[in-house]
Amino acid sequence: MTGPLLRVRDLTVEFGARGKPIARAVDGVDLDVDAREVVAVVGESGSGKTTLARTVLGLERPTSGTIEFDRSPLPTTVRGLRPYRRRVQLVLQDPTGSLNPRQTVYESVAEGLRIHRMVTRSTDSESEQVSRALTHAGLRPPENFFLRYPHELSGGQRQRVVIAGALALEPELLVADEPVSSLDASIRGEILALLLRLRDELGLTVLVITHDLGLAWNIADRIAVMYLGRLVEYGTAEQVLSEPRHPYTQALLSVVPEMHELEPTVLTGEPPDATRIPDGCRFHPRCPALRDGRAENAAITEACRGKPLPVINTTEGHVAACWLPETHVR
Amino acid sequence: MSETTSDPTAPVASPAPVSDFVKSEKPREPLLEIEGLEVSYRTASGEIPAVRGVDLTVHAGESVGLAGESGCGKSTLASTILRLQPSNATVRGGIRVCGKDVRTIGWSDLRALRWGQAAMVFQGALHSLNPVQRIGDQIAEPIRIHDSTPAKGIPARVRELLNQVGLPADRAQAFPHQLSGGQRQRVMIAMALACRPELIVADEPTTALDVMVQAQVLSLLTGLVEELGLGLLMITHDLSVLGSTCSRIAVMYAGRVVEEGPADEVFEHPQHPYSAALSAAFPRIGDPAARYAPAGLPGDPPNPQELPSGCTFHPRCPVALARCSEYDPPIRMAEPNRPVACVLVGEDGRDRSAAQSS
Amino acid sequence: MSDLTLTPRRLTWQRRRKSAGRTWSQFRRHRSGMIGLAILVFFGLVALLAPALAPRSMIEVTEATGGVLQPPSWEFPLGTDENGRSVLALLIWGARVSLLVGLLATAISMFLGTLIGLASGHYRNFFGAALFRITEWFLVVPFLPLAIVLASLLGRSLLNVAFVIGVTSWPATALLIRAQTLSIEGRPYLERARALGAGDWRQMSRHVLPNVMPMVFANTTLTVAIAILSETTLSFLGLGDPLRVSWGSMLDDAFQTGAITTGAWWYFLPPGICVILVVMSFTLIGQALEEVYNPRLRDRT
Repeated sequence: MTGPLLRVRDLTVEFGARGKPIARAVDGVDLDVDAREVVAVVGESGSGKTTLARTVLGLERPTSGTIEFDRSPLPTTVRGLRPYRRRVQLVLQDPTGSLNPRQTVYESVAEGLRIHRMVTRSTDSESEQVSRALTHAGLRPPENFFLRYPHELSGGQRQRVVIAGALALEPELLVADEPVSSLDASIRGEILALLLRLRDELGLTVLVITHDLGLAWNIADRIAVMYLGRLVEYGTAEQVLSEPRHPYTQALLSVVPEMHELEPTVLTGEPPDATRIPDGCRFHPRCPALRDGRAENAAITEACRGKPLPVINTTEGHVAACWLPETHVR
Repeated sequence: MSETTSDPTAPVASPAPVSDFVKSEKPREPLLEIEGLEVSYRTASGEIPAVRGVDLTVHAGESVGLAGESGCGKSTLASTILRLQPSNATVRGGIRVCGKDVRTIGWSDLRALRWGQAAMVFQGALHSLNPVQRIGDQIAEPIRIHDSTPAKGIPARVRELLNQVGLPADRAQAFPHQLSGGQRQRVMIAMALACRPELIVADEPTTALDVMVQAQVLSLLTGLVEELGLGLLMITHDLSVLGSTCSRIAVMYAGRVVEEGPADEVFEHPQHPYSAALSAAFPRIGDPAARYAPAGLPGDPPNPQELPSGCTFHPRCPVALARCSEYDPPIRMAEPNRPVACVLVGEDGRDRSAAQSS
Repeated sequence: MSDLTLTPRRLTWQRRRKSAGRTWSQFRRHRSGMIGLAILVFFGLVALLAPALAPRSMIEVTEATGGVLQPPSWEFPLGTDENGRSVLALLIWGARVSLLVGLLATAISMFLGTLIGLASGHYRNFFGAALFRITEWFLVVPFLPLAIVLASLLGRSLLNVAFVIGVTSWPATALLIRAQTLSIEGRPYLERARALGAGDWRQMSRHVLPNVMPMVFANTTLTVAIAILSETTLSFLGLGDPLRVSWGSMLDDAFQTGAITTGAWWYFLPPGICVILVVMSFTLIGQALEEVYNPRLRDRT
């Protein structure tokens, strides 16, 4: 066993300017991602999932905790991060904004190659490497796209160019932040299928950040549900989406429009605010279990309101961060 | 219905299905009647067709969904309902709102129609709200312009509207940037309701919202349709949203309606290959067939400037026949009230798989 | 090893040239911009061909042949100055100085302003904040007293005048560039560049600067206009190079020799009109350029 490719332990990321309250976007997260796995981090805005992704990429500095990639800790300096950047790459949400409007497709894809001087290190020329990346991303024939500008391409094609730019560096881990949410419905499937194909053909590991549970059902091996900076549930996609244990996951699933099996539980109350994390279980102000009496029946209302939950350990199968006894059944 | 709310500012929970309500009513004059609508844009590179013959009807108390992706013409269609289309657009066909012909009525009648009888909720609430004006003033604006409510009564009406959309009354003093995405969308809905319209046209009302906030906004909209007997035309590319909130769905592709029918039928048993692809793009969670099998269509939504010949969907269609590239697809009735623009649908309701084998 | 590497790059340059051609054809449609360009070209040619149009001897005081402050005549189409020199000749040679100093000062100002604006917008740390404070300080200090102090310290020469103007007019550009930089910094493609591993220099030069350039360009033409006005002012105040003729120094001399009170309009009107015309031409060009660049950005979305 070589251990997980990515290993996050006790990660905390805080933001705060002088005089303003501190926002703890990520507040104690443990996460393991194995090689060739597709892990989806699911949550809504304010859950901290994007901050988690950016910290894993080295774009944010952790306040405390460790991130280990391939058993070595993440470098902290910009210079130190450079070799790391070759191994972990990013696909952003908005493909239109992600591409420099003044750069051709060729230049956008070749950018990574030039920064890391990969042409001198290999026997292939720059244009060969760009062609290969574009082909892997499904843009064929690649030469047709070399001189196009982003505004001449469709949304799906732009996203493929962004993916090609990431693939050019031959990374091991791809972090995709809402990769299809701004694309038309009929082309989402193609991009998601591409991600799966890249996992199968190139051995890529994919960490997908999304609020779309359907997407997670489509491509994820394992799912981590985040709420206000912490993981509240973790397990395989079948476990988390077919037998959700945490009340938050259950509520999220119930309001997905195509879900007919569960009665919709529309949550009320204020959306999560990272500067005012509630005491005890951070979900308790909105928790349906507290309102409908399940918590009372289990005599845990005191715990929900006052006792902080331990950080869930992602090496133990299907787990949920909740005081309800039924969430701890194996 | 699981009631998780005890506070009065929470949105109304989802009511009984609207289709029951509609069936029990006598047929009334439709709030929106679109017949043979054709819209094209005059540009330097010629005439570009955006809408190529659409029929659509919305009755009071009914919510109709219009599903389509970028370039299908749905936003153009929405803009013609209140004569808000750009000046280089040529419109042909009939648009009747609350019995009035929108294309030919005079300016003062149009003004009375706009907001007083039909209102729009736009997408991208962040950009549709004036960033330097307080919410309360922005909601009051349509009342001041269109309504005859005396100035003294306006603050009370604003409070009433905020209550109706589930926002606390003190939010009237806030600026748009101080509200969350979901709250801003509710403000847009409050503005649309300000002059007590009978018809609401919502263009992508829940795009870019989280799934929980989306559920809140949709539940609000369906509640209002039920409570106030409004007609709702919801336009989005998310077929699953329409499947759960509307009573009828029309699917648009390249300026035409390719399928129409009861919402759950179109979503669960689509007859047109495009509707099938749109429906499959939102997998049923729990369905093992959808695991590791994301469903999508090759290619991109068609460019109105370069529409494919024959059936415009044929380049992307998984079951296209040779004749599909040559002939426009006929409109067949898969069932009564269930038009489908596909040659593979039989008049007697045979589905496509049976037709394929022949 | 394929030679495809050359072709995409060469073809990219071809496309850049084509897009420049498109800009030109769009610019051509603006009548005001074309008028401005025509005026500018006219004065540019006058300045370049000065030795051919009016031999140097015509502006030497020792070789003056005309009477003092003579009104226009066939021999001296714009009359003479207090030394008997042809005012027309002075005007022609003055164009050289005014345009040269104006352009030089603009080059200094744009260089400083762009560099500092980019850096203060890009670096979010103490360095960037310090640059911003410096920009603000320079902006607040009144131009004229500072220019006078610097000019008297450095001595009177063309180069110093250009330097003084450049050093006092960069803040406006810097602020504009900084604002534009800040807005570009927030765009996803900057984040993508960082994620790919681009360092600060690469981010600024390959991603921010090219997207800021259109605004820099349009701003430059307006800066030239201001620079020429500033040079005229400084020369008028007697701070310019005493050995060179410029339109500002002509106005100064006209003032000093009482041409205004004696009604020698041929001495002070022509240089004034020339300054106005040149400044106006740059302004018209600048406005037309702004209009050309803005709709392009709108079309792209």
